[in-house]
Amino acid sequence: MPYDSRKDVRKDGRRPRCLPAMAALPVLLAMSAGAAATTATNAAPAAPMKTCFLYSNPIGESGWTYQHEQARKAIATSMAGKVTTKYVENVAEGPDAERVIRNFVQEGCKLIFTPSFGFMEPTIKVARQAPKVIFMNGTGYRTAPNVGAYNARYYEGRYLEGVLAGHLSKKGLAGYVSAFPIPEVLQGLNAFTLGMRSVNPNAQVKLIWVNAWYDPGKERAAANTLLTLGVDLLTYDTSSVAVVTAGEEKGVPTVGYYSDMSRFGPKTNLTSVVQTWTGFYTKTIEDVLAGRWKAAHTVGGLREGMIKMAPLNASVPADVREKFAAAEKDITEGRLHPFAGPILDQSGKQRVAAGQVLGAAELDKMNFLVNGIDGTPPK
Amino acid sequence: MENHLIASMLAATIVSGTPLILVAMGELVTEKAGVLNLGAEGMMSIGAVTAFAVALSGGGPVLAVLAGMAAACVMALAFGFLTLTMMANQVASGLALALFGVGLAAFIGKPFESTPLPMIAPVPVPLLEHIPVLGPALFNQQAMVYLSWAIVAAVLYFLYRSRWGLVLRAVGESPSSAHAVGYRVITLRYAAVAFGGAMAGMGGAFISVFYTPLWAEGMVAGRGWIALALVVFATWRPLRVVLGAYLFGGVMIAQLFVQGSGVQLDMPAQLMSSLPYIATIAVLVLISRNAHTIRLHSPASLGQPFRPDA
Repeated sequence: MPYDSRKDVRKDGRRPRCLPAMAALPVLLAMSAGAAATTATNAAPAAPMKTCFLYSNPIGESGWTYQHEQARKAIATSMAGKVTTKYVENVAEGPDAERVIRNFVQEGCKLIFTPSFGFMEPTIKVARQAPKVIFMNGTGYRTAPNVGAYNARYYEGRYLEGVLAGHLSKKGLAGYVSAFPIPEVLQGLNAFTLGMRSVNPNAQVKLIWVNAWYDPGKERAAANTLLTLGVDLLTYDTSSVAVVTAGEEKGVPTVGYYSDMSRFGPKTNLTSVVQTWTGFYTKTIEDVLAGRWKAAHTVGGLREGMIKMAPLNASVPADVREKFAAAEKDITEGRLHPFAGPILDQSGKQRVAAGQVLGAAELDKMNFLVNGIDGTPPK
Repeated sequence: MENHLIASMLAATIVSGTPLILVAMGELVTEKAGVLNLGAEGMMSIGAVTAFAVALSGGGPVLAVLAGMAAACVMALAFGFLTLTMMANQVASGLALALFGVGLAAFIGKPFESTPLPMIAPVPVPLLEHIPVLGPALFNQQAMVYLSWAIVAAVLYFLYRSRWGLVLRAVGESPSSAHAVGYRVITLRYAAVAFGGAMAGMGGAFISVFYTPLWAEGMVAGRGWIALALVVFATWRPLRVVLGAYLFGGVMIAQLFVQGSGVQLDMPAQLMSSLPYIATIAVLVLISRNAHTIRLHSPASLGQPFRPDA
């Protein structure tokens, strides 16, 4: 996950050096090789660059890791001959990750993507000892001469989903099933609410924290609870398909996250914020191959194509489509910023003054809920 | 609070308690026979994935549940072979079973990860469903919910009113005495272990086919472990297990409702999420704080292997 437990990042010094694990290394290597699937072994004469991907979760059929895997597959096809790719999935953040990254280096990976916040420290650590290898860590913030960081402005898509919700929630009351009150999640919640209230200034968002990234049973119970409490549109930032399928059963519209969720809610899923990494990964590889890669912290949104909106459901009326498209264009072209002031928090305190926008540093530390959210603020 | 809110909270409570009741009833009978099987989480996962696979291939809910029960039962019997026949350590074998089951279920489930099934409609009980508040909550439920009540009644009757129940308890208390009077301890323990497996499979099937009709890795989400803890905290008494399961489900649903209602409690949401665990354990510990009754109800030979003299 991109946002896994920011508070949980262990500093290098505290991580036990695992000697028994070293002793068991041959076995573990064999196991990780078994767990990994290799593709695109197109034996081109000009030694293709080995590009490796480390995933924190199983790939599955939707969600964070799935989207990265889609990009890897696309590259394996489109750049066959220039690169070979390999991935290892379901690797725990921490010492295990470090071991697999080190293993990547030993196997000759020249470019290594580690898309998870919890992979940041292990990536930096291994990168120090492998200066000729290029590392790209997703959702982290640390960079080094051979380590780049990247992330996306998911909140831009959330704002657009809010615009859609503002038009299509008849009561102006949406339900939000949320995982943990960390900045990235709060950005999404707040952007959704601001988008909804840009259309309907009285709109309210009912919020339930389930305190799990992934517990379909609880996510579903939360969705049902929100429906009982009268919401007529649902969204979420947890990882299962439970909320979308609950909406589909009850005939309640949903807006989704990570992947295009329309196949889980063909009648009711209006759109989703889809994370698309193919373009960025392709460009990164081309830069590395051409020798013009530089370590940077890249953050992209709709304009850069790092997120996009899934096609709108057929049930969305034409006039709403137009307004949605207009808002999308405004964000893409930089005329509309989801966090442009004035923004009030739940207690009515002004957080962003009129004419100002929240900067990247403030966004990274977001710790309040905006006015219009009916739910517990983060502690 | 409005009536329909109370009714839907009650209904949701019952649904979220049901898998715990099913699994815990199986574990209770297993432990009453003196066998400690910690593999509930693994057996539930296998039951869930098998039932889901059968339902997805058009087997219908009844066949799906039966398949889930059978699959978990096979796992339980493997555990029985290790611990009863081979005399392996029950705690270690149970933990291995839990880990193995969760992993194997993830492996089997790969092809149908996140493919949702259509929701199975609840079965209203005629007349009773019209009772105000309680009617919609208690008598407009999934068929499996009614089945769970029947199973509790059957377990109660079996353990405390039937001769074989007495024998089973004797096997758990003093296997050597039961053996001495001519009962086949190992066979009975195999039966209890198999029943425990089948019930864990049923609990898993309830989750993947009825509760949240989808399969996803890790979807059992610790419910097997909660069921194990319930049995102990309920001091091996079936009705207290039921109370604990509904209490757990109830506090979980209530905290969702409290959050969704916008009631501002001066408490972090994370702490609210731990309330079901705290409340359930606290209540069960309070009602069973008499050390004498705990000793009376804990099967004396729990976890100890038994080798009948030739």
